[in-house]
Amino acid sequence: MHAERMTVTLFIPCFVDALFPHAGISMVQVLERLGHQVVCPKALVCCGQPAFNSGYWDEARPIATRTLEILKDAEAIVIGSGSCGAMVKKFYPELFSGTKHAQLAGQIASRTWEFSDFLVSKLGVTDLDARFPAKVTFHDGCHGLRELGIKTAPRALLAEVRDLVLVEMAEAETCCGFGGTFATKFPMISTAMGEAKCASAIETGAEYIVSNDSSCLMQIQGLLSRQGGKIKTIHLAEVLAQQ
Amino acid sequence: MSSYATKFSRDARRVTSDRRLRQTIRTALHNYEIARDRHQTAFRDWQTARQAAAETKWEAINLLPQHLAEFADKLAVRGTKVHWASTAKQASDIIVGIVQARGARSIIKSKAMTAEEIHLNGALENVGYEVVESDLGEFIVQLRHEAPFHIVFPSMHLTRGEIKDLFQSALGDAPSDDPEALTMVARRVLRKKYLTADVGITGANFAIAETGMISITENEGNARLTAALPKTMVTLLGIEKILPRMADLALFLPMLATAGAGQPMTGYNTLYGGPRQYGECDGPEEFHVVLLDNHRTELLADPQQRDALHCIRCGACLNVCPIFRNIGGHTYNTTYSGPIGSVITPHLRGLQDWKHLSAASSLCGACTEACPVKINLHHHLLHNRRNAVKLKPSAREQFGYDMFTSVMNHPFVWWLGKKTGWLLQPLHNIVKRSPLDPVRAWTKTRDLPPVPRHSFKDWWRKRK
Repeated sequence: MHAERMTVTLFIPCFVDALFPHAGISMVQVLERLGHQVVCPKALVCCGQPAFNSGYWDEARPIATRTLEILKDAEAIVIGSGSCGAMVKKFYPELFSGTKHAQLAGQIASRTWEFSDFLVSKLGVTDLDARFPAKVTFHDGCHGLRELGIKTAPRALLAEVRDLVLVEMAEAETCCGFGGTFATKFPMISTAMGEAKCASAIETGAEYIVSNDSSCLMQIQGLLSRQGGKIKTIHLAEVLAQQ
Repeated sequence: MSSYATKFSRDARRVTSDRRLRQTIRTALHNYEIARDRHQTAFRDWQTARQAAAETKWEAINLLPQHLAEFADKLAVRGTKVHWASTAKQASDIIVGIVQARGARSIIKSKAMTAEEIHLNGALENVGYEVVESDLGEFIVQLRHEAPFHIVFPSMHLTRGEIKDLFQSALGDAPSDDPEALTMVARRVLRKKYLTADVGITGANFAIAETGMISITENEGNARLTAALPKTMVTLLGIEKILPRMADLALFLPMLATAGAGQPMTGYNTLYGGPRQYGECDGPEEFHVVLLDNHRTELLADPQQRDALHCIRCGACLNVCPIFRNIGGHTYNTTYSGPIGSVITPHLRGLQDWKHLSAASSLCGACTEACPVKINLHHHLLHNRRNAVKLKPSAREQFGYDMFTSVMNHPFVWWLGKKTGWLLQPLHNIVKRSPLDPVRAWTKTRDLPPVPRHSFKDWWRKRK
């Protein structure tokens, strides 16, 4: 059952825009195939999370304010990352608490969805007529999982993909060690965490590690390329766009 | 960067490259997880239990002055001497004073993280006393002249082989590396100490306001012997240990055991309400309770972070923390390690010196999910970061984030940045992983994704 045609404002996070355009393109394809109109405001760049997470709230606020203003009239906002989704849905209300933007932040938070959550919870769609003949394992990005409570949506979507076999890894919910600037402030800890994650994924014998967060995949792929193993990473949207 | 921060990074580098130690920690905590999950199912609903516990602790801390007064009054009525210590120094002076007044020679002690916090053993040893740790894990780390590795499992970083070697060199007795045989060695040593000790020092798990009682929960019976055999008993506890009612233990004892150690219930659960009463045949002649503030009231005055005082020191957040699992407890160089330690140490010992602990987190939130009293641990790390920046931003970061803000708020500059990244990529490949590499912190162990010629926005524009 498809919901009525909507205008979806797609917020492609800055690093997805710059480094993982295919994840973004796939999101557009999936949403358009469902018959929705996708808009990507040119001026929309970043949610401000790096500054916010580093404690620079006064520097994050102008970015977030601009984002709020651009999204002001959006009917439904879809963010292609659990982490940036958490920033808008969970941390904007805190960042703007007690300011004149508090109400707008709350409204926008309630109209914002992470990509997989939007498909499943808002649109009620799981079958996208996708085909991806491979054995995959799914990595839960921490922000999507614990800030937004997204656990079943990506799995419900993967379950409908033809010829795809999902094998859960033991440490699906364990952090990959990315953590934004943490990854370069404490590279030794970040790497050690990533190694544990990769080992758990490799153990499943999967060919792909799928996730709804490109930042986690950047960390995992970065380590895997050095290790020279066969397992690869791919964004959930790219899997869903394959036919 | 504070010298503590430099040491932290150095120690983190050492431990993360020690695969054997990381594996030891992993194995121990993996076994804990299995046991914890099994015993959580004994609760009708673990999440409801967490909510009830959080509300009870909220009540306890919100009305802390009343609860503390009630607790102290009830204890005093039964002849307990209650002492109030504002600082760590005051607390250790009080305890040294008690020990000296009793003309004690030797002291036995059961596990107490608050004693670690005030460096009590050092203070007592400085004035010539021998203090013996009676908890097996604590006994082991004491023999190694080390701090506890974990607030609940002090010697979890050691293998049985290492403990055997330690006992052989320190005690001259280690028949094998069989845990039971090693425990018997420690038991023989400790039994003698219980009998000769004049003073027994304990910590407390809970302080029951309603009845004026100390609740101690333990697995070895060592705290009971520490409390019951010497003529003088001293209990040191932080003021946040309060629970309003005796009935609260019905939830908190199994919850502490399950969350902390993956046990349905801890082996020995004892309540202490005062010294030996008239007509009783055992118990200490004197009972002192030392209530420690040591910056806790400052945390209480902070409405955003005061729920950190709800902590029952179960260690669940350490157990699930991927940072703790990879850097171990000693790297923190604090009394309380892991997420709760990173949250409260800046309050106890200074934000500027200890802010690096809040930065050393991926904010994954596993701690918050595990906390039985629902402390929002990883959000407190965010708040510590914000507070540290507010007081004293680093010049380099300030410049960086000012730049970041202006790039992100000017789509054309952002576009220019992407193009520059693409153009500079071949140059970066030349210096990659060398000391000249500006992103060496990343590339030393990880590849970077290639910067594509066309970004998503390029594609979108062209398509339209």
